[in-house]
Amino acid sequence: MTAATDLGTHPASRQGVASRRFLSRFEPYFYASPAIVLLVTVMMVPLVVGLTYTVRDIRILNPFSGGYVGFAHFEAIWHDQNFHNALYNTFWWTVTSLFFQFFLGLMLALLLNRTFPGRRIIQSLVFLPWAVPAFLSGLNWAWMFNPVISPLPQWLFALGILSEPTNILSDPDLAMWGPIVANIWFGIPFFAITLLAALQSIPGEIYEAASIDGASRRQQFVSITLPFLAPTIAITLMLRTIWIANFADLIIVMTNGGPADSTQIVSSYIFTQAFRRLDFGYASAIAAVLLVLLMAYAVSIIFIRRSLLRET
Amino acid sequence: MAYYAKSKGQRVADWSVHYSLLACYLFFALFPLFWLFKVAVTPTKLLYSEGIRMWPSEMTWANFSQVMTDTDFPQFFINSAIVSGSTAVISTLIAAAAGYSFSRFHYRGKAVIIVLMLITQMFPLVMLIAPIFRILTPLGLTDSLLGLVVVYTAFNVPFATFLMQSFFDGIPKDLEEAAMIDGNTRFGALVKIIFPLTLPGIAATLGFVFTAAWSELLFALMLVSSPDAVTFPVGLLTFVSKFSVDFGQMMAAGFLALIPAAIFFFLIQRYLVQGLTAGAVKG
Repeated sequence: MTAATDLGTHPASRQGVASRRFLSRFEPYFYASPAIVLLVTVMMVPLVVGLTYTVRDIRILNPFSGGYVGFAHFEAIWHDQNFHNALYNTFWWTVTSLFFQFFLGLMLALLLNRTFPGRRIIQSLVFLPWAVPAFLSGLNWAWMFNPVISPLPQWLFALGILSEPTNILSDPDLAMWGPIVANIWFGIPFFAITLLAALQSIPGEIYEAASIDGASRRQQFVSITLPFLAPTIAITLMLRTIWIANFADLIIVMTNGGPADSTQIVSSYIFTQAFRRLDFGYASAIAAVLLVLLMAYAVSIIFIRRSLLRET
Repeated sequence: MAYYAKSKGQRVADWSVHYSLLACYLFFALFPLFWLFKVAVTPTKLLYSEGIRMWPSEMTWANFSQVMTDTDFPQFFINSAIVSGSTAVISTLIAAAAGYSFSRFHYRGKAVIIVLMLITQMFPLVMLIAPIFRILTPLGLTDSLLGLVVVYTAFNVPFATFLMQSFFDGIPKDLEEAAMIDGNTRFGALVKIIFPLTLPGIAATLGFVFTAAWSELLFALMLVSSPDAVTFPVGLLTFVSKFSVDFGQMMAAGFLALIPAAIFFFLIQRYLVQGLTAGAVKG
Protein backbone atom coordinates (compact mmCIF):
# COMPACT_ATOMS: atom_id res chain seq x y z
CA MET A 1 0.00 0.00 0.00
CA THR A 2 2.76 2.41 0.97
CA ALA A 3 4.72 1.46 -2.11
CA ALA A 4 1.76 2.31 -4.28
CA THR A 5 1.23 5.73 -2.70
CA ASP A 6 4.98 6.33 -2.87
CA LEU A 7 4.94 5.65 -6.57
CA GLY A 8 1.98 7.96 -6.91
CA THR A 9 3.86 10.89 -5.35
CA HIS A 10 6.88 10.42 -7.63
CA PRO A 11 7.25 12.84 -10.50
CA ALA A 12 5.62 11.38 -13.58
CA SER A 13 8.87 11.09 -15.55
CA ARG A 14 10.67 9.08 -12.89
CA GLN A 15 7.77 6.72 -12.54
CA GLY A 16 7.81 6.22 -16.29
CA VAL A 17 11.50 5.31 -16.22
CA ALA A 18 11.02 2.86 -13.35
CA SER A 19 8.08 1.06 -14.90
CA ARG A 20 9.79 0.97 -18.26
CA ARG A 21 12.86 -0.60 -16.69
CA PHE A 22 10.64 -3.10 -14.92
CA LEU A 23 8.88 -3.85 -18.20
CA SER A 24 12.02 -4.27 -20.25
CA ARG A 25 13.46 -6.59 -17.63
CA PHE A 26 10.44 -8.86 -17.68
CA GLU A 27 9.35 -8.42 -21.27
CA PRO A 28 11.12 -11.54 -22.59
CA TYR A 29 9.50 -13.66 -19.88
CA PHE A 30 6.17 -12.12 -20.72
CA TYR A 31 6.48 -13.38 -24.31
CA ALA A 32 7.76 -16.83 -23.35
CA SER A 33 5.53 -17.49 -20.35
CA PRO A 34 2.43 -18.98 -22.06
CA ALA A 35 4.63 -21.58 -23.75
CA ILE A 36 6.48 -22.36 -20.52
CA VAL A 37 3.30 -22.70 -18.46
CA LEU A 38 1.74 -24.99 -21.04
CA LEU A 39 4.80 -27.22 -21.41
CA VAL A 40 5.27 -27.57 -17.70
CA THR A 41 1.63 -28.39 -16.94
CA VAL A 42 0.81 -30.60 -19.91
CA MET A 43 4.16 -32.28 -20.55
CA MET A 44 6.59 -32.03 -17.67
CA VAL A 45 4.16 -32.73 -14.83
CA PRO A 46 2.63 -35.77 -16.59
CA LEU A 47 6.15 -36.99 -17.38
CA VAL A 48 7.10 -36.89 -13.70
CA VAL A 49 3.77 -38.45 -12.72
CA GLY A 50 4.38 -41.12 -15.36
CA LEU A 51 7.77 -41.87 -13.81
CA THR A 52 6.11 -42.43 -10.43
CA TYR A 53 3.68 -44.89 -12.07
CA THR A 54 6.61 -47.13 -12.95
CA VAL A 55 6.88 -48.27 -9.33
CA ARG A 56 3.14 -48.54 -8.72
CA ASP A 57 0.45 -51.02 -9.61
CA ILE A 58 -2.02 -48.97 -11.65
CA ARG A 59 -4.78 -50.77 -13.47
CA ILE A 60 -7.74 -48.59 -14.35
CA LEU A 61 -10.44 -51.23 -13.98
CA ASN A 62 -9.08 -52.64 -10.71
CA PRO A 63 -10.13 -50.54 -7.71
CA PHE A 64 -7.63 -52.36 -5.45
CA SER A 65 -4.67 -51.33 -7.52
CA GLY A 66 -2.54 -48.27 -6.81
CA GLY A 67 -0.08 -49.78 -4.34
CA TYR A 68 3.70 -49.45 -4.39
CA VAL A 69 5.36 -52.40 -6.12
CA GLY A 70 9.00 -51.31 -6.19
CA PHE A 71 10.90 -52.61 -9.18
CA ALA A 72 8.47 -55.44 -9.91
CA HIS A 73 7.52 -53.96 -13.31
CA PHE A 74 11.14 -53.68 -14.37
CA GLU A 75 11.80 -57.23 -13.29
CA ALA A 76 8.80 -58.33 -15.33
CA ILE A 77 10.12 -56.40 -18.35
CA TRP A 78 13.48 -58.12 -17.99
CA HIS A 79 11.75 -61.51 -18.42
CA ASP A 80 9.07 -60.39 -20.87
CA GLN A 81 9.65 -62.21 -24.17
CA ASN A 82 7.16 -59.93 -25.93
CA PHE A 83 9.20 -56.91 -24.88
CA HIS A 84 12.45 -58.45 -26.17
CA ASN A 85 10.76 -59.20 -29.45
CA ALA A 86 9.38 -55.64 -29.62
CA LEU A 87 12.82 -54.19 -28.92
CA TYR A 88 14.33 -56.21 -31.75
CA ASN A 89 11.50 -55.13 -34.07
CA THR A 90 11.95 -51.47 -33.05
CA PHE A 91 15.58 -51.68 -34.12
CA TRP A 92 14.76 -53.00 -37.61
CA TRP A 93 11.77 -50.73 -38.04
CA THR A 94 13.82 -47.64 -37.17
CA VAL A 95 17.02 -48.43 -39.07
CA THR A 96 15.30 -49.56 -42.28
CA SER A 97 12.77 -46.71 -42.36
CA LEU A 98 15.43 -44.12 -41.61
CA PHE A 99 17.88 -45.46 -44.20
CA PHE A 100 15.40 -45.26 -47.08
CA GLN A 101 13.77 -42.02 -45.94
CA PHE A 102 17.13 -40.32 -45.70
CA PHE A 103 18.72 -41.42 -48.98
CA LEU A 104 15.56 -41.03 -51.04
CA GLY A 105 14.89 -37.66 -49.36
CA LEU A 106 18.44 -36.44 -50.02
CA MET A 107 18.21 -37.44 -53.68
CA LEU A 108 14.87 -35.66 -54.03
CA ALA A 109 16.25 -32.50 -52.42
CA LEU A 110 19.19 -32.52 -54.85
CA LEU A 111 16.83 -32.99 -57.79
CA LEU A 112 14.68 -30.06 -56.66
CA ASN A 113 17.62 -27.78 -55.93
CA ARG A 114 17.92 -26.40 -59.48
CA THR A 115 15.62 -24.35 -61.62
CA PHE A 116 13.63 -26.14 -64.29
CA PRO A 117 10.19 -25.74 -65.84
CA GLY A 118 7.42 -27.19 -63.68
CA ARG A 119 9.54 -27.23 -60.55
CA ARG A 120 7.03 -25.55 -58.26
CA ILE A 121 4.14 -27.83 -59.08
CA ILE A 122 6.33 -30.95 -58.94
CA GLN A 123 7.68 -29.86 -55.57
CA SER A 124 4.23 -29.42 -54.05
CA LEU A 125 3.06 -32.77 -55.42
CA VAL A 126 6.01 -34.86 -54.23
CA PHE A 127 5.74 -33.28 -50.78
CA LEU A 128 2.05 -34.17 -50.55
CA PRO A 129 2.44 -37.51 -48.67
CA TRP A 130 3.72 -35.55 -45.65
CA ALA A 131 0.30 -33.89 -45.41
CA VAL A 132 -1.59 -37.17 -45.46
CA PRO A 133 -2.66 -37.92 -41.89
CA ALA A 134 -0.64 -40.87 -40.56
CA PHE A 135 -3.71 -42.95 -39.76
CA LEU A 136 -4.92 -42.44 -43.31
CA SER A 137 -1.62 -43.38 -44.92
CA GLY A 138 -1.67 -46.45 -42.70
CA LEU A 139 -5.16 -47.42 -43.79
CA ASN A 140 -4.45 -46.59 -47.40
CA TRP A 141 -1.27 -48.67 -47.51
CA ALA A 142 -3.05 -51.52 -45.77
CA TRP A 143 -5.55 -51.42 -48.65
CA MET A 144 -2.71 -51.13 -51.17
CA PHE A 145 -1.25 -54.43 -49.97
CA ASN A 146 -4.61 -56.19 -50.27
CA PRO A 147 -4.50 -58.31 -53.45
CA VAL A 148 -8.29 -58.19 -53.83
CA ILE A 149 -8.54 -54.47 -54.46
CA SER A 150 -5.04 -53.31 -55.35
CA PRO A 151 -2.62 -54.09 -58.17
CA LEU A 152 0.42 -53.73 -55.92
CA PRO A 153 0.79 -57.42 -54.90
CA GLN A 154 0.55 -58.39 -58.58
CA TRP A 155 3.25 -55.89 -59.50
CA LEU A 156 5.55 -57.09 -56.72
CA PHE A 157 4.96 -60.63 -57.94
CA ALA A 158 5.72 -59.65 -61.55
CA LEU A 159 8.95 -57.95 -60.42
CA GLY A 160 9.94 -61.14 -58.63
CA ILE A 161 9.90 -59.51 -55.20
CA LEU A 162 7.06 -61.72 -54.01
CA SER A 163 6.86 -65.43 -54.80
CA GLU A 164 3.06 -65.22 -54.82
CA PRO A 165 0.72 -62.21 -55.10
CA THR A 166 -0.47 -62.45 -51.50
CA ASN A 167 -1.01 -59.87 -48.78
CA ILE A 168 2.36 -59.33 -47.13
CA LEU A 169 0.65 -57.94 -44.03
CA SER A 170 -0.61 -61.42 -43.14
CA ASP A 171 2.78 -63.06 -43.56
CA PRO A 172 4.78 -62.89 -40.29
CA ASP A 173 8.09 -62.94 -42.18
CA LEU A 174 7.22 -60.01 -44.42
CA ALA A 175 4.60 -58.05 -42.49
CA MET A 176 7.08 -55.50 -41.11
CA TRP A 177 7.78 -54.30 -44.65
CA GLY A 178 4.21 -53.02 -44.91
CA PRO A 179 4.47 -50.31 -42.24
CA ILE A 180 8.06 -49.64 -43.29
CA VAL A 181 7.01 -48.86 -46.88
CA ALA A 182 4.19 -46.63 -45.60
CA ASN A 183 6.66 -44.89 -43.30
CA ILE A 184 9.15 -44.32 -46.14
CA TRP A 185 6.37 -42.91 -48.32
CA PHE A 186 5.30 -40.61 -45.53
CA GLY A 187 8.80 -39.58 -44.40
CA ILE A 188 10.70 -38.81 -47.63
CA PRO A 189 9.20 -35.27 -47.82
CA PHE A 190 10.45 -34.41 -44.33
CA PHE A 191 14.07 -35.04 -45.27
CA ALA A 192 13.57 -33.47 -48.68
CA ILE A 193 12.13 -30.28 -47.16
CA THR A 194 14.80 -29.82 -44.49
CA LEU A 195 17.68 -30.76 -46.80
CA LEU A 196 16.33 -28.57 -49.59
CA ALA A 197 16.19 -25.65 -47.17
CA ALA A 198 19.79 -26.34 -46.18
CA LEU A 199 20.88 -26.66 -49.83
CA GLN A 200 19.27 -23.33 -50.70
CA SER A 201 21.21 -21.61 -47.95
CA ILE A 202 24.57 -22.53 -49.54
CA PRO A 203 25.87 -19.40 -51.30
CA GLY A 204 25.99 -19.91 -55.06
CA GLU A 205 29.35 -18.11 -55.40
CA ILE A 206 31.13 -21.01 -53.75
CA TYR A 207 30.11 -23.33 -56.57
CA GLU A 208 31.07 -20.74 -59.18
CA ALA A 209 34.52 -20.34 -57.65
CA ALA A 210 34.93 -24.11 -57.49
CA SER A 211 33.95 -24.66 -61.10
CA ILE A 212 36.33 -21.89 -62.22
CA ASP A 213 39.05 -23.81 -60.39
CA GLY A 214 38.04 -26.82 -62.46
CA ALA A 215 36.33 -28.89 -59.78
CA SER A 216 34.08 -31.58 -61.18
CA ARG A 217 30.47 -31.98 -60.15
CA ARG A 218 31.34 -34.94 -57.94
CA GLN A 219 34.19 -33.03 -56.28
CA GLN A 220 31.89 -30.09 -55.65
CA PHE A 221 29.36 -32.38 -54.04
CA VAL A 222 31.90 -34.02 -51.77
CA SER A 223 33.82 -30.92 -50.74
CA ILE A 224 31.12 -28.22 -50.73
CA THR A 225 27.62 -29.66 -50.53
CA LEU A 226 28.21 -32.43 -48.01
CA PRO A 227 30.15 -30.33 -45.46
CA PHE A 228 27.47 -27.63 -45.68
CA LEU A 229 24.71 -30.19 -45.18
CA ALA A 230 26.49 -32.08 -42.40
CA PRO A 231 25.07 -30.10 -39.42
CA THR A 232 21.51 -30.37 -40.76
CA ILE A 233 21.98 -34.06 -41.53
CA ALA A 234 23.33 -34.79 -38.06
CA ILE A 235 20.47 -33.07 -36.27
CA THR A 236 17.65 -34.32 -38.47
CA LEU A 237 18.95 -37.90 -38.41
CA MET A 238 19.09 -37.85 -34.64
CA LEU A 239 15.66 -36.31 -34.15
CA ARG A 240 14.10 -38.56 -36.77
CA THR A 241 15.59 -41.72 -35.24
CA ILE A 242 13.93 -40.88 -31.96
CA TRP A 243 10.74 -39.86 -33.66
CA ILE A 244 10.48 -43.03 -35.77
CA ALA A 245 11.26 -45.26 -32.79
CA ASN A 246 8.38 -43.60 -30.95
CA PHE A 247 6.01 -43.62 -33.90
CA ALA A 248 3.35 -46.26 -33.39
CA ASP A 249 0.41 -44.95 -35.46
CA LEU A 250 1.21 -46.74 -38.72
CA ILE A 251 1.76 -50.07 -37.01
CA ILE A 252 -1.35 -49.80 -34.85
CA VAL A 253 -3.48 -48.96 -37.87
CA MET A 254 -1.96 -51.42 -40.36
CA THR A 255 -1.23 -54.56 -38.37
CA ASN A 256 -1.90 -53.84 -34.71
CA GLY A 257 1.39 -55.55 -33.95
CA GLY A 258 0.43 -58.78 -35.67
CA PRO A 259 0.51 -61.30 -37.19
CA ALA A 260 1.92 -63.20 -34.21
CA ASP A 261 3.57 -60.04 -32.79
CA SER A 262 5.86 -59.88 -35.81
CA THR A 263 5.36 -56.10 -36.19
CA GLN A 264 5.04 -55.17 -32.52
CA ILE A 265 7.50 -52.37 -31.68
CA VAL A 266 8.08 -51.03 -28.19
CA SER A 267 5.88 -47.97 -28.57
CA SER A 268 2.96 -49.94 -30.01
CA TYR A 269 3.45 -52.45 -27.19
CA ILE A 270 3.19 -49.62 -24.65
CA PHE A 271 0.01 -48.46 -26.30
CA THR A 272 -1.41 -51.99 -26.23
CA GLN A 273 -0.65 -52.30 -22.52
CA ALA A 274 -2.18 -48.91 -21.71
CA PHE A 275 -5.14 -48.87 -24.03
CA ARG A 276 -6.23 -52.47 -24.39
CA ARG A 277 -5.15 -53.91 -21.05
CA LEU A 278 -5.48 -50.63 -19.12
CA ASP A 279 -2.34 -51.57 -17.18
CA PHE A 280 -0.90 -48.07 -16.81
CA GLY A 281 1.81 -49.08 -14.35
CA TYR A 282 3.42 -51.64 -16.64
CA ALA A 283 2.94 -49.39 -19.70
CA SER A 284 4.71 -46.53 -17.94
CA ALA A 285 7.57 -48.79 -16.88
CA ILE A 286 8.13 -49.90 -20.50
CA ALA A 287 7.94 -46.27 -21.62
CA ALA A 288 10.59 -45.36 -19.04
CA VAL A 289 12.88 -48.09 -20.41
CA LEU A 290 12.36 -46.77 -23.95
CA LEU A 291 13.04 -43.24 -22.72
CA VAL A 292 16.34 -44.30 -21.13
CA LEU A 293 17.41 -46.17 -24.28
CA LEU A 294 16.63 -43.19 -26.51
CA MET A 295 18.39 -40.76 -24.18
CA ALA A 296 21.44 -43.03 -24.16
CA TYR A 297 21.33 -43.03 -27.95
CA ALA A 298 21.03 -39.23 -28.16
CA VAL A 299 23.83 -38.64 -25.67
CA SER A 300 26.16 -41.07 -27.41
CA ILE A 301 25.48 -39.46 -30.80
CA ILE A 302 26.24 -36.02 -29.37
CA PHE A 303 29.38 -37.43 -27.73
CA ILE A 304 30.59 -39.07 -30.96
CA ARG A 305 29.92 -35.86 -32.89
CA ARG A 306 31.94 -33.83 -30.36
CA SER A 307 34.91 -36.16 -30.46
CA LEU A 308 34.84 -36.20 -34.27
CA LEU A 309 34.78 -32.40 -34.33
CA ARG A 310 37.73 -32.30 -31.95
CA GLU A 311 39.81 -34.56 -34.19
CA THR A 312 39.37 -32.47 -37.32
CA MET B 1 29.78 -22.65 -66.02
CA ALA B 2 31.71 -21.79 -69.15
CA TYR B 3 34.54 -24.00 -67.96
CA TYR B 4 32.06 -26.74 -67.68
CA ALA B 5 30.82 -26.69 -71.26
CA LYS B 6 28.96 -29.79 -72.27
CA SER B 7 27.75 -31.00 -75.61
CA LYS B 8 24.07 -30.58 -76.36
CA GLY B 9 23.51 -34.32 -76.35
CA GLN B 10 25.01 -34.61 -72.90
CA ARG B 11 22.72 -31.91 -71.61
CA VAL B 12 19.65 -33.57 -73.08
CA ALA B 13 20.69 -36.85 -71.47
CA ASP B 14 21.21 -35.02 -68.20
CA TRP B 15 17.77 -33.50 -68.15
CA SER B 16 16.03 -36.67 -69.24
CA VAL B 17 17.62 -38.51 -66.31
CA HIS B 18 16.55 -35.62 -64.08
CA TYR B 19 12.95 -35.67 -65.21
CA SER B 20 12.60 -39.44 -65.23
CA LEU B 21 13.88 -39.64 -61.65
CA LEU B 22 11.34 -36.99 -60.68
CA ALA B 23 8.67 -38.98 -62.51
CA CYS B 24 9.49 -41.99 -60.32
CA TYR B 25 9.09 -39.88 -57.20
CA LEU B 26 5.82 -38.45 -58.49
CA PHE B 27 4.50 -41.93 -59.19
CA PHE B 28 5.47 -43.25 -55.76
CA ALA B 29 3.99 -40.18 -54.04
CA LEU B 30 0.76 -39.97 -55.97
CA PHE B 31 -0.24 -43.50 -56.96
CA PRO B 32 -1.55 -44.47 -53.48
CA LEU B 33 -3.62 -41.27 -53.41
CA PHE B 34 -4.90 -41.92 -56.91
CA TRP B 35 -5.90 -45.44 -55.86
CA LEU B 36 -7.71 -44.09 -52.81
CA PHE B 37 -9.74 -41.86 -55.09
CA LYS B 38 -10.29 -44.59 -57.69
CA VAL B 39 -11.83 -47.04 -55.20
CA ALA B 40 -13.91 -44.22 -53.71
CA VAL B 41 -15.57 -43.53 -57.05
CA THR B 42 -16.02 -47.19 -58.02
CA PRO B 43 -19.58 -48.49 -57.60
CA THR B 44 -19.63 -51.21 -54.93
CA LYS B 45 -21.01 -53.83 -57.33
CA LEU B 46 -18.10 -53.32 -59.75
CA LEU B 47 -15.37 -53.33 -57.07
CA TYR B 48 -14.99 -57.11 -57.01
CA SER B 49 -16.63 -58.14 -60.28
CA GLU B 50 -14.33 -56.12 -62.53
CA GLY B 51 -11.14 -57.29 -60.90
CA ILE B 52 -8.31 -54.80 -60.66
CA ARG B 53 -8.64 -52.07 -63.26
CA MET B 54 -6.92 -48.72 -63.41
CA TRP B 55 -10.27 -46.96 -63.80
CA PRO B 56 -13.78 -48.37 -63.32
CA SER B 57 -16.06 -48.69 -66.36
CA GLU B 58 -18.61 -46.64 -64.49
CA MET B 59 -18.01 -43.85 -62.00
CA THR B 60 -20.15 -42.85 -59.04
CA TRP B 61 -20.27 -40.29 -56.26
CA ALA B 62 -22.66 -42.49 -54.27
CA ASN B 63 -20.00 -43.48 -51.75
CA PHE B 64 -19.37 -39.85 -50.94
CA SER B 65 -23.03 -38.99 -50.55
CA GLN B 66 -23.64 -42.08 -48.40
CA VAL B 67 -20.76 -41.09 -46.13
CA MET B 68 -22.20 -37.59 -45.82
CA THR B 69 -25.78 -38.65 -45.13
CA ASP B 70 -25.82 -42.14 -43.57
CA THR B 71 -22.85 -41.98 -41.21
CA ASP B 72 -21.60 -39.86 -38.34
CA PHE B 73 -18.72 -38.57 -40.45
CA PRO B 74 -20.03 -35.02 -40.90
CA GLN B 75 -20.02 -34.74 -37.10
CA PHE B 76 -16.50 -36.24 -36.87
CA PHE B 77 -15.40 -33.87 -39.58
CA ILE B 78 -16.73 -30.85 -37.70
CA ASN B 79 -15.14 -32.07 -34.46
CA SER B 80 -11.79 -32.47 -36.18
CA ALA B 81 -12.08 -29.07 -37.82
CA ILE B 82 -12.84 -27.41 -34.47
CA VAL B 83 -10.00 -29.20 -32.68
CA SER B 84 -7.40 -28.69 -35.41
CA GLY B 85 -8.40 -25.11 -36.15
CA SER B 86 -8.31 -24.03 -32.50
CA THR B 87 -5.08 -25.92 -31.89
CA ALA B 88 -3.47 -24.27 -34.91
CA VAL B 89 -4.49 -20.74 -33.92
CA ILE B 90 -3.61 -21.07 -30.21
CA SER B 91 -0.32 -22.89 -30.82
CA THR B 92 0.77 -20.35 -33.41
CA LEU B 93 0.03 -17.41 -31.09
CA ILE B 94 1.89 -19.00 -28.18
CA ALA B 95 4.74 -20.13 -30.41
CA ALA B 96 5.02 -16.74 -32.09
CA ALA B 97 5.39 -15.04 -28.70
CA ALA B 98 7.95 -17.58 -27.47
CA GLY B 99 9.81 -17.58 -30.79
CA TYR B 100 9.97 -13.80 -30.71
CA SER B 101 11.44 -13.83 -27.23
CA PHE B 102 14.07 -16.42 -28.28
CA SER B 103 14.94 -14.44 -31.36
CA ARG B 104 15.19 -10.94 -29.86
CA PHE B 105 16.24 -11.19 -26.22
CA HIS B 106 19.07 -12.59 -24.18
CA TYR B 107 17.85 -13.44 -20.74
CA ARG B 108 18.49 -15.65 -17.79
CA GLY B 109 16.92 -19.09 -18.14
CA LYS B 110 16.57 -18.94 -21.92
CA ALA B 111 18.98 -21.85 -22.46
CA VAL B 112 17.11 -23.90 -19.89
CA ILE B 113 13.79 -23.29 -21.64
CA ILE B 114 15.26 -24.27 -25.02
CA VAL B 115 16.70 -27.49 -23.60
CA LEU B 116 13.34 -28.22 -21.98
CA MET B 117 11.66 -27.82 -25.34
CA LEU B 118 14.18 -30.10 -27.03
CA ILE B 119 13.61 -32.76 -24.38
CA THR B 120 9.87 -32.70 -25.03
CA GLN B 121 10.70 -33.65 -28.61
CA MET B 122 12.60 -36.72 -27.48
CA PHE B 123 10.57 -38.74 -25.08
CA PRO B 124 7.90 -41.18 -26.18
CA LEU B 125 4.58 -39.34 -26.05
CA VAL B 126 2.86 -42.66 -25.33
CA MET B 127 4.43 -42.34 -21.89
CA LEU B 128 2.17 -39.36 -21.23
CA ILE B 129 -1.03 -41.16 -22.16
CA ALA B 130 -1.65 -42.72 -18.75
CA PRO B 131 -0.82 -39.66 -16.59
CA ILE B 132 -2.67 -37.24 -18.86
CA PHE B 133 -5.71 -39.50 -18.77
CA ARG B 134 -5.58 -39.59 -14.97
CA ILE B 135 -5.05 -35.83 -14.68
CA LEU B 136 -7.73 -34.81 -17.18
CA THR B 137 -10.48 -37.11 -15.91
CA PRO B 138 -11.24 -35.25 -12.65
CA LEU B 139 -11.09 -31.94 -14.55
CA GLY B 140 -13.83 -33.16 -16.88
CA LEU B 141 -11.51 -32.76 -19.87
CA THR B 142 -11.66 -36.33 -21.10
CA ASP B 143 -14.35 -36.91 -23.66
CA SER B 144 -14.24 -33.24 -24.59
CA LEU B 145 -12.85 -31.34 -27.54
CA LEU B 146 -11.31 -28.77 -25.19
CA GLY B 147 -9.15 -31.47 -23.57
CA LEU B 148 -7.81 -32.47 -26.98
CA VAL B 149 -7.06 -28.85 -27.87
CA VAL B 150 -5.06 -28.35 -24.66
CA VAL B 151 -3.04 -31.53 -25.17
CA TYR B 152 -2.38 -30.97 -28.88
CA THR B 153 -1.38 -27.36 -28.30
CA ALA B 154 1.23 -28.43 -25.77
CA PHE B 155 2.59 -31.10 -28.12
CA ASN B 156 2.92 -28.70 -31.03
CA VAL B 157 4.25 -25.59 -29.32
CA PRO B 158 7.94 -26.67 -29.16
CA PHE B 159 8.43 -27.30 -32.87
CA ALA B 160 6.21 -24.35 -33.80
CA THR B 161 8.35 -22.13 -31.56
CA PHE B 162 11.57 -23.16 -33.30
CA LEU B 163 9.92 -22.58 -36.65
CA MET B 164 8.67 -19.11 -35.68
CA GLN B 165 12.04 -18.25 -34.17
CA SER B 166 13.77 -18.98 -37.45
CA PHE B 167 11.33 -16.69 -39.25
CA PHE B 168 11.94 -13.87 -36.76
CA ASP B 169 15.69 -14.42 -37.09
CA GLY B 170 15.33 -13.67 -40.79
CA ILE B 171 13.88 -10.20 -40.08
CA PRO B 172 16.44 -7.47 -39.26
CA LYS B 173 16.30 -6.13 -35.70
CA ASP B 174 16.76 -2.56 -36.98
CA LEU B 175 13.18 -2.50 -38.21
CA GLU B 176 11.50 -2.55 -34.83
CA GLU B 177 14.29 -0.52 -33.24
CA ALA B 178 13.55 2.25 -35.73
CA ALA B 179 9.85 2.03 -34.91
CA MET B 180 10.64 2.16 -31.20
CA ILE B 181 12.71 5.32 -31.68
CA ASP B 182 9.66 6.78 -33.42
CA GLY B 183 7.80 6.40 -30.13
CA ASN B 184 6.20 2.98 -30.43
CA THR B 185 6.41 0.46 -27.63
CA ARG B 186 8.11 -2.80 -28.53
CA PHE B 187 4.76 -4.54 -28.59
CA GLY B 188 3.36 -1.85 -30.85
CA ALA B 189 6.31 -2.25 -33.21
CA LEU B 190 5.83 -6.01 -33.15
CA VAL B 191 2.18 -5.74 -34.14
CA LYS B 192 2.57 -2.95 -36.71
CA ILE B 193 5.93 -3.68 -38.34
CA ILE B 194 7.06 -7.24 -37.66
CA PHE B 195 3.75 -9.08 -37.77
CA PRO B 196 2.99 -8.26 -41.44
CA LEU B 197 6.49 -9.39 -42.41
CA THR B 198 6.11 -12.76 -40.67
CA LEU B 199 2.82 -13.60 -42.35
CA PRO B 200 4.45 -16.36 -44.45
CA GLY B 201 5.98 -17.78 -41.28
CA ILE B 202 2.67 -17.63 -39.50
CA ALA B 203 0.97 -19.33 -42.43
CA ALA B 204 3.59 -22.09 -42.42
CA THR B 205 3.24 -22.63 -38.68
CA LEU B 206 -0.56 -22.62 -38.82
CA GLY B 207 -0.54 -25.17 -41.61
CA PHE B 208 2.04 -27.35 -39.92
CA VAL B 209 0.17 -27.47 -36.62
CA PHE B 210 -3.18 -27.92 -38.34
CA THR B 211 -2.01 -31.01 -40.24
CA ALA B 212 -0.37 -32.44 -37.12
CA ALA B 213 -3.55 -32.00 -35.05
CA TRP B 214 -5.70 -33.26 -37.90
CA SER B 215 -3.79 -36.55 -37.99
CA GLU B 216 -3.37 -37.23 -34.28
CA LEU B 217 -4.81 -40.63 -33.43
CA LEU B 218 -3.50 -42.19 -30.24
CA PHE B 219 -4.48 -39.52 -27.73
CA ALA B 220 -7.84 -39.01 -29.39
CA LEU B 221 -8.43 -42.75 -29.15
CA MET B 222 -7.49 -42.80 -25.50
CA LEU B 223 -9.12 -39.59 -24.29
CA VAL B 224 -12.40 -39.58 -26.18
CA SER B 225 -15.13 -42.20 -26.22
CA SER B 226 -18.51 -40.51 -26.65
CA PRO B 227 -19.58 -40.07 -30.30
CA ASP B 228 -20.06 -36.30 -30.13
CA ALA B 229 -16.40 -35.69 -29.35
CA VAL B 230 -14.89 -38.29 -31.72
CA THR B 231 -12.44 -36.88 -34.26
CA PHE B 232 -12.02 -38.04 -37.83
CA PRO B 233 -9.08 -40.45 -37.31
CA VAL B 234 -10.86 -42.27 -34.49
CA GLY B 235 -14.10 -42.29 -36.45
CA LEU B 236 -12.41 -43.78 -39.49
CA LEU B 237 -10.68 -46.43 -37.42
CA THR B 238 -13.91 -47.55 -35.74
CA PHE B 239 -15.58 -47.47 -39.15
CA VAL B 240 -12.96 -49.89 -40.43
CA SER B 241 -13.56 -52.37 -37.64
CA LYS B 242 -17.35 -52.08 -37.85
CA PHE B 243 -17.98 -52.23 -41.58
CA SER B 244 -14.78 -53.78 -42.81
CA VAL B 245 -16.38 -54.87 -46.09
CA ASP B 246 -17.37 -51.54 -47.57
CA PHE B 247 -14.14 -50.37 -49.13
CA GLY B 248 -15.85 -47.74 -51.26
CA GLN B 249 -17.28 -45.84 -48.32
CA MET B 250 -14.08 -46.14 -46.31
CA MET B 251 -12.04 -44.76 -49.18
CA ALA B 252 -14.53 -41.95 -49.71
CA ALA B 253 -14.36 -41.01 -46.02
CA GLY B 254 -10.58 -41.23 -46.15
CA PHE B 255 -10.42 -39.04 -49.20
CA LEU B 256 -12.57 -36.43 -47.46
CA ALA B 257 -10.22 -36.55 -44.47
CA LEU B 258 -7.31 -35.87 -46.76
CA ILE B 259 -8.70 -32.72 -48.36
CA PRO B 260 -8.26 -30.06 -45.61
CA ALA B 261 -4.75 -31.19 -44.67
CA ALA B 262 -3.70 -31.44 -48.30
CA ILE B 263 -5.02 -27.97 -49.17
CA PHE B 264 -3.26 -26.42 -46.20
CA PHE B 265 -0.02 -28.17 -46.93
CA PHE B 266 -0.16 -27.40 -50.63
CA LEU B 267 -0.39 -23.70 -49.82
CA ILE B 268 2.32 -23.54 -47.19
CA GLN B 269 5.06 -25.96 -48.23
CA ARG B 270 6.99 -23.22 -50.03
CA TYR B 271 7.04 -21.05 -46.90
CA LEU B 272 8.14 -24.04 -44.87
CA VAL B 273 11.27 -24.41 -47.05
CA GLN B 274 11.79 -20.64 -46.87
CA GLY B 275 11.50 -20.55 -43.09
CA LEU B 276 13.92 -23.40 -42.57
CA THR B 277 16.34 -21.75 -45.00
CA ALA B 278 16.24 -18.51 -43.03
CA GLY B 279 17.06 -20.46 -39.89
CA ALA B 280 19.89 -22.33 -41.57
CA VAL B 281 21.53 -19.13 -42.77
CA LYS B 282 21.79 -17.91 -39.23
CA GLY B 283 22.70 -21.17 -37.56
